[in-house]
Amino acid sequence: MAAKPKLYYFCGRGRMESIRWLLASAGVEFEEEFIETREQYEKLQNDGYLLFGQVPLVEIDGMALTQTRAILSYLAAKYNLYGKDLKERVRIDMYVDGTLDLMMVMALAAFKPPEEKEENFALTVKKAKTRYFPVFEKILKDHGEDFLVGNKFSWADIQLLEAILMVEELNASVLCDFPLLKAFKTRISNIPTIKKFLQPGSQRKPAPDSHYIELVRHILQF
Amino acid sequence: MAGKPKLHYFNARGRMESIRWLLAAAGVEFEEQFIDSEEDLDKLRNDGSLMFQQVPMVEIDGMKMVQTRAILNYIATKYNLYGKDMKERALIDMYVEGMADLYEMILLLPICPPEQKDAKVALIKERTINRYFPVFEKVLKSHGQDYLVGNKLSKADIHLLELLYAVEEFDPSLITDFPLLKALKARISNLPTVKKFLQPGSQRKPLADEKTVEKARKIFKF
Repeated sequence: MAAKPKLYYFCGRGRMESIRWLLASAGVEFEEEFIETREQYEKLQNDGYLLFGQVPLVEIDGMALTQTRAILSYLAAKYNLYGKDLKERVRIDMYVDGTLDLMMVMALAAFKPPEEKEENFALTVKKAKTRYFPVFEKILKDHGEDFLVGNKFSWADIQLLEAILMVEELNASVLCDFPLLKAFKTRISNIPTIKKFLQPGSQRKPAPDSHYIELVRHILQF
Repeated sequence: MAGKPKLHYFNARGRMESIRWLLAAAGVEFEEQFIDSEEDLDKLRNDGSLMFQQVPMVEIDGMKMVQTRAILNYIATKYNLYGKDMKERALIDMYVEGMADLYEMILLLPICPPEQKDAKVALIKERTINRYFPVFEKVLKSHGQDYLVGNKLSKADIHLLELLYAVEEFDPSLITDFPLLKALKARISNLPTVKKFLQPGSQRKPLADEKTVEKARKIFKF
């Protein structure tokens, strides 16, 4: 029997959260090893597991995969969440790259000084409302289907839900002008694997707090 | 007969250059429409041609593709430059993401605040010779083959070659202790399509001078 995928990262969202979402949504059980000290991190580096000396790292199918997007693309393909052909795949890629851009601003903002952090959060909400959410609202309106691409659940749907929830943490009313996204949010949240992941006690991680930020700064030395 | 792909971007390298390299290496002729003014960019936006209001945008196979990675992955798949299976694709993705991180540091150097420039330059040098070049040198050494993945030309080799030229422009001494990278550079440069792209008069763009950077900042507001 194949071993479960094993995730190596800090005990927080960062660049690993989208990977957790994808695995959980696909109904794949996974293990996690949390990096809690500088020594642990250096050991991973010295043991040669981290191709460019960085995490996220996911051990899966006999490979030590690093680089967030490489990992996500592999998992999406493996669990049939990447569309049925090249044209569907490029649409999924376009949508997930857009949402990843949005989420990365938020993830990195957490580490900035308070004023810059607030500015970045405000910018994220603005971009979500003016640049990203209108696009997805229109896509759903144009085809009237339940999922973003090919009338079938894909990585794009998971990533969009994750992005919606993250932005709602900054501004709870961000979806007020997007009725189809509201319906989408409810619908996708009710998919059994995702419903389970959204419940307390799952491997979903909370928003970064000062303790997490200090820990990561210390371990990554910045 | 299908039209040639049409690239919409500023007349400079930026985020479009990797796409030019890949198309050229695949022997695909392409057209370019340059954004020369704020009006040009506004027109594209108002026409609804830019999904997230951003370029690069490539018109290809009836689609208006955006997001650099989505475009590159589509082209690589279409022209058989993406490995033979999922595992090779994961390796290619991992290598390319690492290359993109280093390339991004060099790309953004012209807009770095003057007081941070020296530190950034030192960081690029350090990362090149300690983090990135050793990885690719080791990959080539480990299998002794002519190409990074699967003994066959892939987008990983093209992106690496582009990176090697960019690093050479930045500091030609950095490749000194990497004989296999030097050999790969010579070898891939001699592939007929690549050789042609490297010659004067091709669609390859020069390193941006200050005037070009200023113009880009004005149009794209960064």
